[in-house]
Amino acid sequence: MAMLEAIGVESMNDLLVDIPQSLRLESLQLPNGLSELETMAQVSALAGRNRVYADRLTFRGGGMYRRFIPAAVAAVTSKPEFYTAYTPYQAEASQGTLQAIFEYQTLIAELTGMDVSNASLYDGATAVAEAAMMAHVQTGRSEVLVSGYLHPEYVQVLRAFGEGRGIKVRRGDQPGKKTAAVIFQQPDFLGLLVDAPALTRAAHDAGALAIACADPISLAILAAPGDYGADIAVGEGQQLGLSPSFGGPHVGFIACKRDLVRKLPGRLVGTAHDAHGRRGFVLALAAREQHIRREKATSNICTNHSLCALAAAVYLTYMGPYGLRQVAEVSFTRAHNLAARLASLPGWELAFPDRQFVNEFPVRVPKAPAVVRKLARKGILGGLDVSRWFRELKGVLTFTCTEVNDARALDELLAALG
Amino acid sequence: MTTEPLSFELSRPAVDPPRLPDADVPGPAPAGVLPSELLRSRPPGLPRLSEPEIMRHYSRLASLNYSISENFYPLGSCTMKYNPVLNEQAAALPGFAGLHPYQDEESVQGALELMWRLEQALCAVVGVDRVTLQPAAGAHGEWTALRMIAALHHSREEKRTEVLVPDSAHGTNPASAALSGFHVVEVKSGADGRISLADLESKLSPQTAALMLTNPNTLGLFEREILDIAEMVHATGALLYYDGANLNAFMGICRPGDMGFDAVHMNLHKTFTTPHGGGGPGAGPVGVKSDLVPFLPAPTVERTNGHLTLDYKHPQSIGRVRSFYGNFGMLVRAYAYILAMGGDGLSQASQDAVLSANYLRKLVETDLEMPHDGPCMHEFVASAHNLHEDGVRALDVAKALLDRHFYAPTVYFPLVVPEAIMVEPTETESKATLDSFATAIKEIVAQARADPQSLHDEPRNLPVGRLDEVTAARKINAYLQGQSEDPILRWKAPSETLPKDPC
Repeated sequence: MAMLEAIGVESMNDLLVDIPQSLRLESLQLPNGLSELETMAQVSALAGRNRVYADRLTFRGGGMYRRFIPAAVAAVTSKPEFYTAYTPYQAEASQGTLQAIFEYQTLIAELTGMDVSNASLYDGATAVAEAAMMAHVQTGRSEVLVSGYLHPEYVQVLRAFGEGRGIKVRRGDQPGKKTAAVIFQQPDFLGLLVDAPALTRAAHDAGALAIACADPISLAILAAPGDYGADIAVGEGQQLGLSPSFGGPHVGFIACKRDLVRKLPGRLVGTAHDAHGRRGFVLALAAREQHIRREKATSNICTNHSLCALAAAVYLTYMGPYGLRQVAEVSFTRAHNLAARLASLPGWELAFPDRQFVNEFPVRVPKAPAVVRKLARKGILGGLDVSRWFRELKGVLTFTCTEVNDARALDELLAALG
Repeated sequence: MTTEPLSFELSRPAVDPPRLPDADVPGPAPAGVLPSELLRSRPPGLPRLSEPEIMRHYSRLASLNYSISENFYPLGSCTMKYNPVLNEQAAALPGFAGLHPYQDEESVQGALELMWRLEQALCAVVGVDRVTLQPAAGAHGEWTALRMIAALHHSREEKRTEVLVPDSAHGTNPASAALSGFHVVEVKSGADGRISLADLESKLSPQTAALMLTNPNTLGLFEREILDIAEMVHATGALLYYDGANLNAFMGICRPGDMGFDAVHMNLHKTFTTPHGGGGPGAGPVGVKSDLVPFLPAPTVERTNGHLTLDYKHPQSIGRVRSFYGNFGMLVRAYAYILAMGGDGLSQASQDAVLSANYLRKLVETDLEMPHDGPCMHEFVASAHNLHEDGVRALDVAKALLDRHFYAPTVYFPLVVPEAIMVEPTETESKATLDSFATAIKEIVAQARADPQSLHDEPRNLPVGRLDEVTAARKINAYLQGQSEDPILRWKAPSETLPKDPC
């Protein structure tokens, strides 16, 4: 009442006079509010209707993986100074967020071997789409070539984005004069390694860009996109310290060579100094962005996935170069152990025995759906039935193995199939 | 508060890697199997820090941020309200956080039920028929809606190439329209801060695909003639798109669907208290009226006799706009908030937001210019134009507020107001906080009159003062043009500190 009086009106309705009377609601058609206790009881009941498979018994990947997440990650991302801040328009009062993003950008640039990373995107799929749009603008060409088994949902998102910008998405690995970019995933959706250097050379020979969609953990052991000359590196950062959470939120990364930096979508943080010579961090090259360029912006993205990027930064800092390599190598060795054992089961065989993989691999099995159901009954989240997306892969399951799938878990999986 | 070195600068080669398990099973190492061309030749230049060093580093960084948890954060258009801690607990439940997106539908009935219920609740709040939860952010939602609008016109074999956007609109509106393949046509605001109907009429044509509008508009003013606007737009066969940035103004008071909007995006991180995270992740669901339903992104969540399914069979769908099903963790938070608030609580929240804004506006109306008459809705736009004669700008007011422990309002937006200061206090701030903010504004205005020069040196009490962005931009240009090797956009190791040993 005191506030209404200070404003000089008698009732709330006096403040809402601009709203036509015919539009005014009596109330919302929703139940009344609940206590915290009741709210949590209802939400917990919904969570309880889901089945959660143990980390160590999860052998399903397909772009979303169970990994060890150091306790330090949540301890940092749950600091309210990080998660309740917003976008760093006032740099002086946002140095924590800005510096964390700057560190993230450097970490991603180091990991991918590229010159510059942006502050992050929504996910791997939109990162692929944004990279394709960069290539479209850079080359003036309007076709992108998807080589091999790029994640099917990334292809769908790429198509949806491409339609708006007039970019045609074609499958194949023979770039031509209309090709803006060749996009490949390393390892691909099935877990198989592609000849990234050759694909990159082919793209460049045709005057197109090479876009590498990389698994960030694998980059501890595999050649970085920058090493083999790719122009843009993108990928899904979920494995860098984020739980699967039914598919999100996670983080998409995008990094590029120096000559493409002006085409990068979204935020970039750089260093600057104050009048006393102190180093700080600011949003940089903002003239690419929507709030300045409006319809001429490189992308419509407004912010980034800052908190997820922070998680990735903490994860990579915790692991360091050798911890990350250990994680990648353990996953590699276990996956190869598992692949050999699965391939020796009666009727089972590697779907692409001549192809190399890192820690996910396709196996052709008799009665794939029955296999998956059988494993589920024993509490194991078995391989992913990829025939759902690719008809030619009927009967193929992809299994993934990471550092969380210990030796005993592998034995349990084999025993369950026996 | 002092600045903190970068993790890379704190890195010590002597730090052992964290203890991690060994493979414990026989099997090859990468170098034994893979061709050398596919192997990394040098480890990535990640820093090497111990856990205590990492925790201290990030704790210090956290202390350099202003945030809702410690500061009033009246950032106009961003709805920086309190983020209930309950939300965080809900999203972290193992029954949500531990779900793989490709689990069998039978094993994720609770997650799908939550998505379905959230969709129903959002439909009720904004007055639409269906909602897609897939878009990851507001801008992503705008683009999704425009793709659906394009698909609808296409299905009617109509070639409509233009999207109308008011001059006061958020920058994402024209950017999203362009990304969807439309030409952007600007519609002018009238002297009263509202869209000019005459200008709108002159811009509407058979080429118009949609008008993008937020209501209340970015000046915090309700478009009184919204029903006429809707009629004009629909009469030309175009659709009306609602930018949900300002939904916090009228939950339970009125609904965009009833105003005639055909597509409505919502920002769960604004209106429904999922945290802003320093700039994401958010979530930008889009609600649509029945005409647009066939074009929704797939999959949709369907419920039949209490059984939930993901439905991919939408032949006219615009396809997929994101991998999996959207930022699910944010959906859990928003649902928990809606449950806790209820219809009564949401209505109260909007009323309180309008009350707070009008109260604060009243407190400072003699200190700053008010370019438009009130009442306002949930936010107001003032102008520092009256301080111009003293050489003081909106930016100076913003920096002086930082020194007084307030985050600054949005400045220089909307573009139609010179020296704009856009204030959105939200419903979760107390009268005492609003009073102290108004006192700070009065002090700053007095300082502007008495000692304007001193304002140019603010902020003084933060870890850094105003940063020289012009020099930074020049250095970046030099790098991009190959005239310098300092990228500015990342840290670069002095060459001797890089790990040298081979993988």
